[in-house]
Amino acid sequence: MTVPIIKDISAKDIASEPIRAGFGRGLKKAGELDARVVAACADLTDSTKIADFAKAFPDRYIEIGVAEQNLVTVGSGLAAMGKIPFVSSYAAFEPGRCWEQIRTTICLNNRPVKLIGSHAGLYTGADGATHQMLEDLALMRVLPNMVVLAPGDSVEAEKATLAMAKDRRPNYMRVTREATPIFTTADTPFEIGTAYVLEEGEDVTVIATGTMTYQALLTVDMLYKHGIDVEVVHVPTIKPLDADTILKSVQKTKHVVTVEEAQINGGLGGAIAELLGEHYPVPIKRMGMHDHFGESGTPEELLDYFGLTAKDIVKTVQTLLAKG
Amino acid sequence: MTFTPQKLSTKALELKANQIREDVIRMLVEAGSGHSAGPLDLADIFTALYFDVLKHDPKNPNWDERDVLILSNGHCVPVQYATMAEAGYFDKKELLTLRKFGSRLQGHPERERLPGLETTSGPLGSGLSQASGMALSMRMDKEKERRIYVIMGDGEQDEGNVWEAAMFASKYKLSNITAITDRNNIQIDGPTEQVMPLEDLKAKWEAFGWHVLEIDGNNIEMCIDACAMAKAIIEKPTMIIAHTVPGMGVDFMEYDFHWHGVAPKPEEAKKALAELRSLGGKIRSEAD
Repeated sequence: MTVPIIKDISAKDIASEPIRAGFGRGLKKAGELDARVVAACADLTDSTKIADFAKAFPDRYIEIGVAEQNLVTVGSGLAAMGKIPFVSSYAAFEPGRCWEQIRTTICLNNRPVKLIGSHAGLYTGADGATHQMLEDLALMRVLPNMVVLAPGDSVEAEKATLAMAKDRRPNYMRVTREATPIFTTADTPFEIGTAYVLEEGEDVTVIATGTMTYQALLTVDMLYKHGIDVEVVHVPTIKPLDADTILKSVQKTKHVVTVEEAQINGGLGGAIAELLGEHYPVPIKRMGMHDHFGESGTPEELLDYFGLTAKDIVKTVQTLLAKG
Repeated sequence: MTFTPQKLSTKALELKANQIREDVIRMLVEAGSGHSAGPLDLADIFTALYFDVLKHDPKNPNWDERDVLILSNGHCVPVQYATMAEAGYFDKKELLTLRKFGSRLQGHPERERLPGLETTSGPLGSGLSQASGMALSMRMDKEKERRIYVIMGDGEQDEGNVWEAAMFASKYKLSNITAITDRNNIQIDGPTEQVMPLEDLKAKWEAFGWHVLEIDGNNIEMCIDACAMAKAIIEKPTMIIAHTVPGMGVDFMEYDFHWHGVAPKPEEAKKALAELRSLGGKIRSEAD
């Protein structure tokens, strides 16, 4: 069963918005729904989209300064006293700068802190390799108790934020800087821990997360012209992975391509390879960053250079199927 | 619900501290590993806290009006376990399970294993940040009666996270925090002033906007008085720099940094216990 998304995925005038904007809206709504929701930021209030919450709830907004270790650890203390703290910075700095504090004071301590890593992935663009966080999925996925989310667009990010506010576990959500196409609608379901079949097909399963799901959806018509019937599975929750949905799809198609805007080592590609290696080994190609850093450029230039456009997915699928 | 602990005389408190030191030695020798110097020198501070200063209820560890004690230097947790057992949180027999498989008394404290622990610690430098989050939350909720106490090591103040927290607590004027630094001047690799000089420590904390008190951390009355003084400071958080003798109470451990991170062997423990039992010939603790 597929879930409802927008009708014309390849429309030239498809609406787009930065995923972080959806987080900002969701956070403000979560704050309206639950007085326990508080937010803290490390000198990036506007760019991580906490500003609307800060304006609406100045008494529940905390400015930490450029101090990411303190950011997440203050978050642990807030959660200890019953607050639902959302703490945000750029993903390169949080979780990049403060992994041990997240491990000890949030995960082992089992405190429901909500970590937001903005400017994740190649969509960070011109800022260059230092700020294009590509290792966050791997870093967060290895931590016991941690939930790892990578919503596909701003509409889904808003729903994910509201779900995080209700979840009693530590959560990490990666969001992106530049605008990306919106392919979900108000009616598209979102639950933590669920993967969604967006397009049914018989020949190959393309499993994508975050911004790459849009690229995967673009391949449906392109592959159809080549006589290939692709199934697209969107995985907004990297951990816990929805093994049932993924295995069911792969048992049908027996061929898998994963796509992410992150290191495939330990990222979505790592997670899927681990799952299938143990439960249903089939030919697989993992697309994403292959042990490599990014660089400055427009997102389009970077996706093209690193082989993460719909055209690249099509080529990869064709190669995989040609091998049988 | 209220819980009013019975106030003990100074002499009775000193006996408690001595008993706690003996328990620490027994725990460490049984465990065969762990830290000796810090837990011994912190026994007086822990006695002051659990038997006088803290608002807490050993039979109701999650009492919602309790003060919160954060042990930032988690490696010193044997003294906290021994003090908690002495206060009645759990049976003393359990102390000998320290660091063993299946024990609630993990080598470094884990909140979810043992009721009465407020956090999980060991990796250094993050206690004050957590305390700050807790203190700020209490401020938001207008909880004025509760306080947060944080025990920190001196060596752990090499960590940058400590100073991030120092700035933060000062910015938000978190006067509901009382931090206590165990200034025993040693860390694993040697004297603190050789490994990474901390002085002028008082001036550092003052420069970061804290009210600073300096005391003899092995004097229980001074510990109690300083904690009372800290409550009276309403504009700033307070740091009590508690000067202690590392390995306090055991002659051959005192002032020797080599005892920072090791446990006594059985023969050494025997000697240490004999010495603790006859402390200066003045105090006799209860028999085993």
